[in-house]
Amino acid sequence: MQLLYSILSVGIVSVACHFLSEYMGYRVVAFVLLITVSLIAMFFDILPVLLTAILTALTWDYFFIPPHFTLQVASAEDGILLSMYFVIAMVNAVLTFKIRQAEKEVRRKEKRAGAVKLYNTLLNSLSHELRTPIATIIGAADNLQANNARLTPQHRHELINEISQAGLRLNQQVENLLNMSRLESGFVQPKKDWCDINEIVYDAVRHIETNGVSQHIHININPDIPLFRLDDGMLEQIIFNLLNNAVKYTPADTRIDIAAMCYTDVLQLTIEDNGPGFPEQAISRVFDKFYRLAESTPGGTGLGLSIVKGFTEAMGGRIALENRKEGGAKFTINIPAETSYLKNLKNE
Amino acid sequence: MNKPAILVIDDEAQIRKLLEITLQSNDYTVSLAETARQGIALTAAHPPDLIILDIGLPDDTGHNVLKELRSWYTHPILILSANSGEEDIIAALDNGANDYLVKPFRTGELLARLRSALRSTTHELSTPVLDINGLQIDLAARTVKKGGIPVKLTATEYTLLALFARNEGKVLTHQYLLREVWGPGYISQSQYLRVFIAQLRKKIEDDPNRPTYILTESGIGYRLVSPE
Repeated sequence: MQLLYSILSVGIVSVACHFLSEYMGYRVVAFVLLITVSLIAMFFDILPVLLTAILTALTWDYFFIPPHFTLQVASAEDGILLSMYFVIAMVNAVLTFKIRQAEKEVRRKEKRAGAVKLYNTLLNSLSHELRTPIATIIGAADNLQANNARLTPQHRHELINEISQAGLRLNQQVENLLNMSRLESGFVQPKKDWCDINEIVYDAVRHIETNGVSQHIHININPDIPLFRLDDGMLEQIIFNLLNNAVKYTPADTRIDIAAMCYTDVLQLTIEDNGPGFPEQAISRVFDKFYRLAESTPGGTGLGLSIVKGFTEAMGGRIALENRKEGGAKFTINIPAETSYLKNLKNE
Repeated sequence: MNKPAILVIDDEAQIRKLLEITLQSNDYTVSLAETARQGIALTAAHPPDLIILDIGLPDDTGHNVLKELRSWYTHPILILSANSGEEDIIAALDNGANDYLVKPFRTGELLARLRSALRSTTHELSTPVLDINGLQIDLAARTVKKGGIPVKLTATEYTLLALFARNEGKVLTHQYLLREVWGPGYISQSQYLRVFIAQLRKKIEDDPNRPTYILTESGIGYRLVSPE
């Protein structure tokens, strides 16, 4: 394919030069042809580039150097020029190609280094996030086993509570990792079915509230919002993770508002709070895998928001984060979806 | 009343141990099986009041055990599943399981499901009037009262509620509900179900947004429970 394109370019450039040679003389044509070789060397492999170099040399000789339409060269000067042309074209081709090879190598190494860094971050974050609750469970169980007689009922109760909390935390981490690997595999197909947004939002809020919440969550959904054809599991996970994030990283008594609206065949979800908001430089990175704010409290893998983004995009939607003028963070999600009102059914 | 007998079929020793202790300390009689064969043999020898079945057994899939058991065993079967894959759970419910729990589950939740499933078996024998914690459904007169006050339901709403009431505690899948209430042609028309569930909740729940009678099983279906 590239060979064909090379021959074609040489042909086109030669024809163009043929018309222009009356105005610029045949020696200038050599430079135009050289540029062609250089350009082709920037994009094509070594074989088509060498072919171009040889072809242009022959073309220049055959069509442009007098006597025309022969491979003979009339003057000694033109003979030297032709040999020099041939060498320059070859060197040009080979050098350009070598530079490109070197660049490729550098890019490959950078990519690998990036992958290794990501992998290390993952391992560090994971081993910490998984080992902390495991250490708690093993330690607390050992303590209950070895010191059972000496423990006060209060301490025993606290140790049992620690085991239970650690178990829940482990489960949450595993859930996040499974979701992330589903997204990474690239096989995430949303299972679209009719969703009652009201029900999904209230379920997610109830789910969050069972773990104990010190903030105030307000829900604002128009009772006449239509049904949307979306993946209810993904939607619930999106809402849960965003609420979980707000609950984890805002102080007690913060107000959290969750709203759902319908704009012609687009579901818009907003989740905002009047907490401290995000540092401006972090806003573009919070959806990155394993990204965590430097000062944030321990107890997260930095996967929650990237899963939110992954699921939103899997359904064809977009997510944005901004700090509110009056303080606090605001997440806005827009997902295009088929809607259904079914108002005519009400009296069936 | 005798202690209800529960058979646990699970290949994981830790889960068997956990369930044995939990159930015994809550006044159930427990027998244990670690393979499908053993579970079926035990069920045939001493039919329990309820079976807790792990869907991922080594010698036979839980689905096959479920089908085999359901050909003659009529008491409730509760499924345990290690993955929350909806297809797996829906298949189990369609094959006659009454309810399911995804590992890891909370003990309180397990006990509530057991009570609910065991209660539902007694309904079939009693009067045409079902009383589900203040919600009275008269299947003969086709009337519904809440706290003694009549609730006006449309024909479809009533059909839906009566179906739930006859299957109290049991998870009914979207497809099952659509087929039973609207007919086989409506199996993929889940928007009908969403709309009517919302309407029914407005009429029978104290707070339709925080339902206590008709609970949602996300991605799977709904079930009617007695609030405890």
